[in-house]
Amino acid sequence: MATGTDPRSATSAGVPAQGGVHHPSRATIPARHLRADRWWLQPAATAAGLFAFVVYSTWRAFAGDDYYAAPYVSPFYSPCIAENCVPMKSGADWEVFGSWWSLSPALLILIFPLGFRLTCYYYRKAYYRGFWASPPACAVAEPHRTYTGETRFPLVLQNIHRYFFYFAVIVAGILTYDAALGFRNARGEWGHMGLGTLVLLANIALIWAYTLSCHSCRHIVGGRIRTFSKHPVRYRMWGWVSALNARHMQLAWASLVSVAVADFYVYLVASGVFDDPRLF
Amino acid sequence: MSYEAHFKVWRGDADGGSLVDYTVTVNEGEVVLDIIHRLQATEAADLAVRWNCKAGKCGSCSAEINGRPRLMCMTRMSLLDPDEPVVVTPMRAFPVVRDLVTDVSFNYAKAREVPSFVPPDGLGPGEYRMQQEDVERSQEFRKCIECFLCQNTCHVVRDHEENKPVFAGPRFLMRVAELDMHPLDGAAEAGLDRKRSAQEEHGLGYCNITKCCTEVCPEHIKITDNALIPLKERAVDRKYDPLVWLGSKIRRRV
Repeated sequence: MATGTDPRSATSAGVPAQGGVHHPSRATIPARHLRADRWWLQPAATAAGLFAFVVYSTWRAFAGDDYYAAPYVSPFYSPCIAENCVPMKSGADWEVFGSWWSLSPALLILIFPLGFRLTCYYYRKAYYRGFWASPPACAVAEPHRTYTGETRFPLVLQNIHRYFFYFAVIVAGILTYDAALGFRNARGEWGHMGLGTLVLLANIALIWAYTLSCHSCRHIVGGRIRTFSKHPVRYRMWGWVSALNARHMQLAWASLVSVAVADFYVYLVASGVFDDPRLF
Repeated sequence: MSYEAHFKVWRGDADGGSLVDYTVTVNEGEVVLDIIHRLQATEAADLAVRWNCKAGKCGSCSAEINGRPRLMCMTRMSLLDPDEPVVVTPMRAFPVVRDLVTDVSFNYAKAREVPSFVPPDGLGPGEYRMQQEDVERSQEFRKCIECFLCQNTCHVVRDHEENKPVFAGPRFLMRVAELDMHPLDGAAEAGLDRKRSAQEEHGLGYCNITKCCTEVCPEHIKITDNALIPLKERAVDRKYDPLVWLGSKIRRRV
């Protein structure tokens, strides 16, 4: 050893030792942490925000109703790939699943954005801290006796994030088409616009920004290259994605809120709470 | 303007210790290390503390201030509430030697486990030529001053002593990333797969990217976003992505 002093109580790999900061070789401090600031605020707020979205999206995903108000379709229900979808004028409703599918059509498609966000590097940090307390905050001891991270099933599956990214690009493309259809009126005539069009446009802009700021996207477009000088176009793209990637957390939250707002707007219009204000 | 601050400093050694109270004068513009030095000069002459440059560049004075891993020389007293006690303890992930000094040899052992730069075939000393854009990513990681605050705060080893043999820690995974991104590293040609070894030998899979290493880095290196996550993606290329695997096989045959 460089200092000539081996740790006193060495342990072998995988064998739980007496808890972390209370290991006998370390400074004897009874408290599990000494942070005096409000370290709990961020994980608590994160958990509350994510929990609120889970409750809302579960309700809307299972509702199977009030998701289309011509020309707008809720992002939770697009593409709609079951026979029990309501007909949408030129919309992305394809009867891939026949009449045997009696549950909400949202359940068939939400698995993809759900998987994308569940395996997202930002959301992983958020729920590992907020829900699993692993760790709850920096230098605050976690409550678990053992820890294997993402080395074993099921968490080793986080490594398939890039595949969810590919699906997320397809879904974002379809939602872009939906937003474009918002420039029609309820009779399907082009050249019109309502408040809902703006809501869908804002949503899809944030969805694209979040999707393209993904760490897997950053790797795929250029990060995996070792010599950027031989790939100037990919280097340029990597630079753009890196700039977005620096705001991945903010975009994750902004797009999460926008997708819920877009769905809720369509729900309000479809359920007749108010009529969509037409701009022209 | 001066004031009297209440300090609680951990005093002890490997056999035990406790927080000891001190009242000490703080002057305008001072940092925590200045106060620790004043304690040494006045009422605690035998207080052990490791320090060197007093400028945030040597990485010696790492400790925990009010429970947060920080460099003592870079923590201004003006940032701390003068009405609250200032708690200073040694880093809590490493064996304590005495007072604020810990045995950080774990890090040197991990450093030796990372195979060094492999000189490329056909190029001698002085013949290396690299474009700036090719080395920019690695240069960020070279800012590391090896204060080991990231190693100290990483819960993988801080909260689980048993993981120390299998986990290199953020600082040395960043080193693996730096070498894997190096445009002239000849490891692959020499049969060393850094992407695979990051996962299989240096414990990359233990990292759950909760970003505490990035939060505590005094050099503001984006360890998680620019080193650990890109390294995870590179490991995925090797181990978990059948399309990349297939593509590499086809390219090899063509």
